[in-house]
Amino acid sequence: MALIATESLTKTYRGGVTALTDLTVVVEPGIVGLVGANGAGKSTLIKILLGLLPPTNGQVRVLGLDPTTQPEQVRARVGYMPEHEALPPDLTAAELVTHLGRVSGLPRTVARERASEALRHVGLYEERYRPVGGYSTGMKQRVKLAQALVHDPDLLLLDEPTNGLDPAGRDAMLALIHRIGTEFGISVLVCSHLLGEVERICDTLVAIDGGRLLRADRIDAMTSATDVLAVEVSEGTEELAAHLAALRLPVRRDGRLLLVELADDDTYDQILGAVAELDLPLHRLDQRRHRVAELFATREPSHV
Amino acid sequence: MSESTGVIHDIGYQRYSGPRLGRGPVFAALYLHGLRTVFGFGRSAKAKIFPWLVVGIVIVVAAVVAAVRSQIGQVVLTYAQFADTMSWLIIFFAAVAAPELVSRDLRSGVLPLYFSRPLARSDYPLAKLLALVTALWLLLGGPQLVMFLGAAFTTEEGPRGVWNELLDLLPGLLYAGLWAAVFGAIGVLIAALTGKRAFAAGGIVAVFLMTTPIVGILAILPAQTINELAFLASPMTMVNGVGTWALGDLLFEGGGGLPIGGFGPLYALAAVLLVAGCVVLLLARYRKVATR
Repeated sequence: MALIATESLTKTYRGGVTALTDLTVVVEPGIVGLVGANGAGKSTLIKILLGLLPPTNGQVRVLGLDPTTQPEQVRARVGYMPEHEALPPDLTAAELVTHLGRVSGLPRTVARERASEALRHVGLYEERYRPVGGYSTGMKQRVKLAQALVHDPDLLLLDEPTNGLDPAGRDAMLALIHRIGTEFGISVLVCSHLLGEVERICDTLVAIDGGRLLRADRIDAMTSATDVLAVEVSEGTEELAAHLAALRLPVRRDGRLLLVELADDDTYDQILGAVAELDLPLHRLDQRRHRVAELFATREPSHV
Repeated sequence: MSESTGVIHDIGYQRYSGPRLGRGPVFAALYLHGLRTVFGFGRSAKAKIFPWLVVGIVIVVAAVVAAVRSQIGQVVLTYAQFADTMSWLIIFFAAVAAPELVSRDLRSGVLPLYFSRPLARSDYPLAKLLALVTALWLLLGGPQLVMFLGAAFTTEEGPRGVWNELLDLLPGLLYAGLWAAVFGAIGVLIAALTGKRAFAAGGIVAVFLMTTPIVGILAILPAQTINELAFLASPMTMVNGVGTWALGDLLFEGGGGLPIGGFGPLYALAAVLLVAGCVVLLLARYRKVATR
């Protein structure tokens, strides 16, 4: 069963602003990255998935359920972490998450147990008995994630979970999301405007822009056969290029670098052999993984 | 984390396959949370000061009234009169409690966390409203119970005296319920319009304060019908009018009360419509808020 499936999904707000246009996408369970610039329609899509906004046109299914007709069943199985500040400052994290667990239908004692478990999983221990108002941004983001987990959903919708975090905090949050997706057995949809972030943890990537689908695919399909070796020599770049071309290796120039597509480990030997034969000073030889961004860049050159 | 000498067994993430409760228990959880919020439970000590100050005042007043009655046998306040006398205090209580219940959530942005859960959109505002109405009713009704106990234990007519006392108490409790419903509905509706608690509190007091002079003006116009209907203009006098009609002697001994003529049923209808109107507007407001 598909995790999320939309068909010709269109959302036009009153006043004529179109947030989503004819979006058709099917994603399988796993960690899904939803990327797009601010205003691309990511938050609108999440609200439609939650059944909070009705689509203007088209079909949508979440976990096999239709959020337009069964919003409560969908929301019972989904956890949502909003983008913006969402925590009342005077409650403790333990109290807030317990209360929200009860609103999700957990019995009182279960809600309390699962709240401390969820807070422990996101890395909050004794702090959970302090009012949220005194927390750092990183801790607040963790509380927001814990409240989305408390009722053991089958799908997490995370809207910009790394917003406002410093680099270390981002890495910790991404690692946490990756753990939830792989060890907890919960599918995750991560929204972000930073492709570089989500591509590190996702199985599937969905890119939207201006409410339209740019591309949706498994990340290994996007990056397969695109690993390249970057070779830099301080002189004789032309000679080396000609030599490698003679060896029938696909070579491209990229400034001072030569990019050689990596077929197998022999490629290394061939390049090293060529450099030794020409007696050139080798600066570096390293493997580059093609960033997914480059794939998009070639597909939509007009977009900045 | 502090250094620990014990061994931590990370049992990993546990899935939950137990029962998930339906709409009723979820509503009850929200309602009880609201009731706790009003009285400052589960919140800072500062949040408890005002509610418990008010609770203290109404209990002390009730205790004094009961004591005076038992000592010198004079009824200072009847049960229903107690509700009337305390009305201003209850307005201030509502002006503080309603924004705590509703405006705070609007401001902190916590509402998306509620509405992304399997919660019917109308249940959130209704649970909050019911929590405030209950709190106000407890504030007006609890002290009446103190007065009743005082009277019941000092009565000289035996069980019959207690029974008569009870017959006096019940209309008083119902009348307190009317006060609570009107004040609660207006309070929650106004508080739901803004995320700023100070504005909400000011707005609630203003509704009661600003409408009183209108009653004064209408009451002295040279037309008897307008005079008799004047008290509809303010929620406070409207409730008084219902009391005059429904309770009569229990509220105003010796045929006093507001000069509402024969419009008593109209006052009752107006009070019901006022509460119903506030609830409808409140639900409409949250239909809009929920999609944000």
